[in-house]
Order: sequence, then C-alpha cells, then structure tokens
Amino acid sequence: MNQKRTCYINGLRDGFPIFLGYLAVSFALGIAAKNSGLTAFQATLMSITNYTSAGEFAALGLITSGAAYLEMATTQLIINLRYCLMSCALSQKLDPEVPFYQRLLVAYFVTDEIFGVSIGFNGKLNPFYSFGVISMAAPGWAFGTFLGVVSGSVLPFRIVSALSVALYGMFIAIIVPPTRKNKVLAGLIVISMMASLLFTYLPFVREISSGFRIIILTIVIAGTAAVLFPIKDEKGQEEKNES
Amino acid sequence: MNHNVYLYILVMAAVTYFIRVLPLTLIRKQIKNTTIRSFLYYVPYVTLAVMTFPAILSATANIWSALVGFVFAIVLAYRGASLFKVAVGACLVVLILETFI
Repeated sequence: MNQKRTCYINGLRDGFPIFLGYLAVSFALGIAAKNSGLTAFQATLMSITNYTSAGEFAALGLITSGAAYLEMATTQLIINLRYCLMSCALSQKLDPEVPFYQRLLVAYFVTDEIFGVSIGFNGKLNPFYSFGVISMAAPGWAFGTFLGVVSGSVLPFRIVSALSVALYGMFIAIIVPPTRKNKVLAGLIVISMMASLLFTYLPFVREISSGFRIIILTIVIAGTAAVLFPIKDEKGQEEKNES
Repeated sequence: MNHNVYLYILVMAAVTYFIRVLPLTLIRKQIKNTTIRSFLYYVPYVTLAVMTFPAILSATANIWSALVGFVFAIVLAYRGASLFKVAVGACLVVLILETFI
C-alpha cells in the first residue's frame, strides 16, 4: 500500500518536466488545429483520445484535405508503429502479475516521454509510478492543445521555444546516466545519434519519414547490439552488464 | 465526399490504441530468449537517442541555443542530476541564451 503511494508520488514528480514539455508542444498543435478549422472542443478531444504529437499533426493535414478514413488509419499505423516496439519493451519491464485493467491503462499512455521515464524506473516497473506520471503529464497535453486553439498568444514565443527543449532534456536524463557503468550503451547512443543525423540530412534516406526512421534505426542498431552484446543473466538489466 | 471530424478522431484513436495495447496485454510472460531480451533492453536507448538528435537542434528559435542546451543536459545527466533538473536546466539555458544574445 505504502509502496504504491511512494511510487505514485515519484511518478508525479517525474511527470512534471513532461507536463512542461507537453504544454509547449501541444500549444503549437492547438494553433495548427485552429488553422485547420477544428474547434477547441474537437482539438482537445483529439488530444485526449490520442496522445501522439506526430500522429496528430499528420491527422490535421489529412482532415484538411478530406482524406479517406482508410488513409487516416494507415497513416496513424505507420507513424505510431514505434509505440508497438515501446509496448513490447514495457511488457518485459512490468511484473507478470500486473492485472489486466492496469495494463489497459498503462497502454493508453505509451508516449515517447512516458515510456522514457517508465524505462528509467529502477527494477520492475510499478504501474502506480506510471499512473503518477500520467496524472501529471497527460492534462498538460490536453490543456496545451486547448490553449493553443483559444488563443495563440498566451505564451510568448521565447517561452514556448525554451519549453520545447524540456522533452529532449528528459530523454537525455534517461539515457545518459547508465552510460557511466555501461560502455556498450554509451557507444550505442553515440552511434544512434550519428545514424539519426545521417538519415536526417543525407540525400535519398532523408526522404524516409521520421516515424519510419525511428523504427528502422531502432531495429537495426538494437538488433545488432543484441547479437554482439547479449545481456547475460536474468537480473542484469540495470547494473550488471558491464562487460 | 463529406467527412466527419469526429469519425476521423475515432479512427485515429482506435488505430493508435490498438498498436499500444496489443503487446502489453499479449506478452504477459518474461521472454526467455536472450537475443530478444537483449534487443528489448537496448530498444529504449536507441529509440530515445534517435529521437533526441538531431531533432533537438530544430526545437528552439536557433540552432546554437539548442546545441548549448543539448550539451548542458548531457553534462548534467552524466554528473547524476535528476530528471527534473536536467529538463529544467536545459530550458533555462535556452531561455537565457535567447534572451541575452
């Protein structure tokens, strides 16, 4: 009981930077939604039911152009396919005993950011930690979208620009600390960033959408690492795989 | 053809949830295969690294404030600062740079 409470509170704390970042990003989303002719209610509803920045930005374009529903479904499938990989990774982080309804709830909020902090949780993920993160972060996404539609000038541009970095700062805070003890991870992160840089700017491969870029690079790089540097013992997920 | 915004939202919500919920509910046991387990262990690090760089460089008003924020965040994180400190620290650096330079 007490442990659930502690985990929930820790989740709230770690959710705060996500809240800030979401506010900034969804604010921009709200402005775009308004320009696409959505009402504040429609835009907020979209954010509450989806929680996917790239997916929602893409959806706005499709709605404006009057695309077919099948096209909408396919686009979302492709853009959000990375969540499938994340859910697979999360499934191993959860205790097999975690009840079904809690899994349904955790699954609803598998976003880049919430996934990130959940993976950073020490040991098996306590779902109440996720619920804490969600309680803090998710309203930021909905509220920011709403604010963006109703008034494009509540937040000064400079503030939005600074807040946008919060999410990336968070990713860095998750992936960098384990590299002190694990040089394989350090190398992997550098290789991943360099590959991502190349895929963003090199001719031909830069045509690949960012959603697919993430999937391709993740499968190739994490797959190669899994073959070359397999994790040995059952509990060696956090500290032990230093070899 | 006349399309309904609410139907669009329903379609995208259904597809997106489907993607997220299937692995979490279907894979309930611990995977024993070492290669698959290792792969899933490495996935988050690669995914988050790929998403962070170079995307962070175009997140702010100019590339230099973002670059300094990026390096600052790495140093803070490596020295063991909390998630919150790293995220807010990066924001503050960007804010200060863009305000005064």
